[in-house]
Amino acid sequence: MFDIEQYYEAKSVEDAVRLLSEHEDAEIISGGTDVLVKLREGKGAGGTLVSIHEIPSLHGVRCLPGGTLEIGPATCFTDITNHPLIRRYVPYLGEAVDTVGGPQVRNQGTIGGNVCNGATSADSAATLQTLNAVVVLQGTGGVRRVPVTEFYTGPGRTVRRHDEVCRAIEIAPEDYVGFTGSYMKYGKRAAMEIATLGCCVRVKLDEAGETILDARIGYGVAAPTPIRCRNTEGALAGRRVDDPGIYELIGTGVLDEVNPRSSWRASKEFRLQLISELARRALREAVDRSLNHEAPKTACSDEERR
Amino acid sequence: METVGKSFTRVDARGKVTGEAKYTNDLLPKDALQAKVVRSTIANGLVKSIDISEAEKVPGVVKIVTCFDVPDIQFPTAGHPWSVEAAHQDVPDRKLLNTRVRQWGDEIAAVVAEDNVVAERAARLIKVEYEEYEPIVTIEEALAPGATPLHPDLRKDNIFVHTSFKTSPDFDYDEAKKRAIEEYGEENLIEVCDTYRTPRISHCHIETCTSWAYVDTNGKVTVIASTQIPHIMRRVISQALGWPVGKVRVIKPYIGGGFGNKQDVLDEPLNAYLSIVCGGRCVCLELSREECVSQTRTRHACKGVLRGLATKDGVLLAREGDIYTNKGAYASHGHAITGGITTNFKDIMHDRYGCRSDGYSVYTSSAVSGAMRAYGVPQAAFLADSLTDDLCAKGGFDPLKFRMDNCVPPGFVASNGITYYSYSLKECMKRGAEYIHWDEKRREYADQTGPVRRGVGMSIFMYKVGVYPISLETSSARMILNQDGSIQVELSATEIGQGADTVFSQMASETTGITMDKVYIISTQDTDVAPFDTGAYASRQSFVTGKAVKKCALELRARILDYASYMLDRPAEELMIWQNNICEKIHTNETSEVIHPADENDDNPAVKNARKLALGGAYIDNTRNDGSRGESAKYSAWLDGDVKEYDIHDLPNGTAAILRDTGVEKDIVPGEILLSMKDLAENAFYSLDRSEHITAEVTNHCKENTFASGCCFVDLEVDMPLGKVKINNIINVHDSGTLLNPKLAEAQVHGGMVMGLGYALTEELLYSKDGRPLNANLLDFKIPTAMDVPDLHVEFLEMDDPMGPYGNKALGEPPAIPVAPAIRNAILHATGVSMKEIPMTQQKLVAAFKEAGLI
Repeated sequence: MFDIEQYYEAKSVEDAVRLLSEHEDAEIISGGTDVLVKLREGKGAGGTLVSIHEIPSLHGVRCLPGGTLEIGPATCFTDITNHPLIRRYVPYLGEAVDTVGGPQVRNQGTIGGNVCNGATSADSAATLQTLNAVVVLQGTGGVRRVPVTEFYTGPGRTVRRHDEVCRAIEIAPEDYVGFTGSYMKYGKRAAMEIATLGCCVRVKLDEAGETILDARIGYGVAAPTPIRCRNTEGALAGRRVDDPGIYELIGTGVLDEVNPRSSWRASKEFRLQLISELARRALREAVDRSLNHEAPKTACSDEERR
Repeated sequence: METVGKSFTRVDARGKVTGEAKYTNDLLPKDALQAKVVRSTIANGLVKSIDISEAEKVPGVVKIVTCFDVPDIQFPTAGHPWSVEAAHQDVPDRKLLNTRVRQWGDEIAAVVAEDNVVAERAARLIKVEYEEYEPIVTIEEALAPGATPLHPDLRKDNIFVHTSFKTSPDFDYDEAKKRAIEEYGEENLIEVCDTYRTPRISHCHIETCTSWAYVDTNGKVTVIASTQIPHIMRRVISQALGWPVGKVRVIKPYIGGGFGNKQDVLDEPLNAYLSIVCGGRCVCLELSREECVSQTRTRHACKGVLRGLATKDGVLLAREGDIYTNKGAYASHGHAITGGITTNFKDIMHDRYGCRSDGYSVYTSSAVSGAMRAYGVPQAAFLADSLTDDLCAKGGFDPLKFRMDNCVPPGFVASNGITYYSYSLKECMKRGAEYIHWDEKRREYADQTGPVRRGVGMSIFMYKVGVYPISLETSSARMILNQDGSIQVELSATEIGQGADTVFSQMASETTGITMDKVYIISTQDTDVAPFDTGAYASRQSFVTGKAVKKCALELRARILDYASYMLDRPAEELMIWQNNICEKIHTNETSEVIHPADENDDNPAVKNARKLALGGAYIDNTRNDGSRGESAKYSAWLDGDVKEYDIHDLPNGTAAILRDTGVEKDIVPGEILLSMKDLAENAFYSLDRSEHITAEVTNHCKENTFASGCCFVDLEVDMPLGKVKINNIINVHDSGTLLNPKLAEAQVHGGMVMGLGYALTEELLYSKDGRPLNANLLDFKIPTAMDVPDLHVEFLEMDDPMGPYGNKALGEPPAIPVAPAIRNAILHATGVSMKEIPMTQQKLVAAFKEAGLI
């Protein structure tokens, strides 16, 4: 038995916000793959849970007018990976969340929880960073939109206030049209892992497929929060893809922009080695995918809206 | 053989797949109380006081006991047979709850409550005051001058036991080296001196450690437990409580794995005590996964300071090892495992001058080490086979040829008398090498460049089947005939997932002539009813208990035939049981009376000769009463691992005859069906003339043992910049005698190989400097997942072992032994980097490759 004193099933986002504001100790629960594990360890034992799991508007992936992709935060990882819009426009995000835990966890755990628990090791984190995703929060003070790059304030900490519920995660067309990407998760085994390191590299090439127009590099576990490596991204822009130097550039450039720590799980030196090596490999795969014409040419359209 | 050797579906398959099979907690009464153990938050010290006043106020708390309340009785926990000789008894070094704290998480109090939430809430409110001592977590810390002795009442320092084994009493490595220099010249010698380490790991059985206890109306404390050893547990609970054995009852339902962790008595005596202090109410004590990993038993971490000496031509001259194991806070299995490591290290190779191996079991203030699958031999194999390949690398020897030339020879007799009867280690190596394309790959993978490199590696092992003559091997079996001609088989060698119930059923069917569908094995052991057996451990069940099953089946068969003789009015000798019928027995050839080789009073010349030579020798299938050899006899002889059939007159010199009691009368076929078992049984039950309830019950005191062996070959690639190892091909080849059930045997090997994979690459229990476990859960303690396991290949060399009841010998534990050193040696071949410790984690590999300038 779990030590839960009170449990509320919210009917709507407004309902959830109200419940949260009424219960100071309340935690939001959706899939429960983090919350229940913590409860089992005695953290938050005897407390209150507000479930957002049964709120219909928080599920699914949609195309908004203008081509913005909207991901419902209560969508489980399996549904994200398999969703046609994800597969067509941001397949690397689907691949990234397909590395979470095992099949049972992916059927249960949600992307909103993955973002809002503030973990630097979240498998969606590196990719969402490179997508400039926007976290839409709704609280007693109304709705606000926070870029995911400004969402994290420290390990396990975010800007989300106690009474705020994540209502959506949005990805604008300029952040995915023309891009390919690759997420490389590094763990000690092939499944049931929390990332020792996660690296996402995305590129947008010119029409001819010769030059990098835009490069994005995101990491999980390379710092206390998920990060971008903007200096290296800038250095890659304008470089030719047939220049082997780009791999050396990314492999060494990122080392100046990361801040991994030593723990019993992995040493700083080891993480630095991975940071460099994974960046090279992810860039190579992203470029190969572009050369293979896998980048979406257009934004999602009205016909795909559901 | 009719039934033995066939791949019958597991008798428990249906129940386990559908969920109908009941495990300990499935049987828990609804009104059971829940217990929670309160554990120390320091690794070394003394409990000064415990304040339970706040905890007692939590509604639903029934009872709280502390280390100051329990009986002042120290007891042993090892799942060993008790010894009537005091010197050989397991060491009693713990109480139900302890004031002297010797590990982080030591058990100092317990809460019993209406449910687990209440118990946990109360446990969090208990306040403990300690006197703290310096934690001594590692072997080095425990042996350092001035380290606190953890058990001053038993030992003056933290060395629990030190033993020294030598191939001959006067052997000395340094003397041997001097002799070698004189004989061969220093420039013609290869020497390796290094320190190798293996980690502490957890068994990770899927069912956690759990039990529930109540006091029955007859005053017996009854414990339902997930255990491998119900009868031993009963004795230990009686010792821990100071109650007579007869007042303790243990019941073992189906269990979800043990791998040796449940070959120890864990919290069951405490559970019994908690029920008693709650007026006999039913109390459940289920450990969490975290407690199972860090607070039950572990595999001994081991450090071997080794030296090895060979000639430039690849002749192994001498080795020595000082081997230290981390016992943790309590003795558990004592020095038995450390002794096993040192003996096996010494025996697996043949050193021309000799070998010395010293073992030190060291108490530390950390988790307790106990039994785990293969009982020290995985450590021994890693030490021995790492040293072997490092010698090969330095001397430029082919590791396969070096082992062929220098491994344990046929006919090996260990210092305690255990003899390697059916030897096919070298044949196994040949088979493995062929499968992996050894010679071709060794050449192909030489002189590689680039970040990803491939290699092939190998490892060998041998493994004693049971524990005789080190310890007692005794086993009982009972069979009961039902009115329909079916039988119950009852044993106390337990089914723990390994398939024991299935192969025991096959054995009973084989020897009685009653078909498998009419053999009902009783899977649950209840010590009030089940005949005595020490339980499931070593790789003993099919060998030791198998002998009891056979003996019992022969007795039951004789009684059935005796009744058939009465019903049919024919001599029993003319009758046989075949497929649930009494048939006429047709002799197609002269039958033999089989002679038991281990019977020391047997003065048959062939048997005496076999004992004297103690060679693998030959055995004879068909021998006359007087020991002379019948004309139709066939002989299989083996020398140097080659098995050949010989004609009676052409037995090669030096071979000895060993006769095996197969229990199966050869050259006999069933004739006319005379009576069905159903008719016979019904008559036996209800006859107004001669009513007889046909049962058999026997004890078999097993005084035989033998060795099994085998090897692993692996072909892998190493992605050096990421420290990742990918297995491209892997095979275990096992010399395990006659297979009882090939499908189950293969599954045994698969499971063992996966354990070996984790041991090689990812598994290790980590502790903080103050002794706190860091990764005691299934996320951070990395056992391989299905995604990490490559295709596993398995082959067997089925050579009848004359000691096995059906030609069989050990297979339960051996598969876990050779995989880790084989992977280690393949990484050495791929990269030239000699890893000195497992697990070879990605981080350690990257560091080693950087140091070697490879990345």
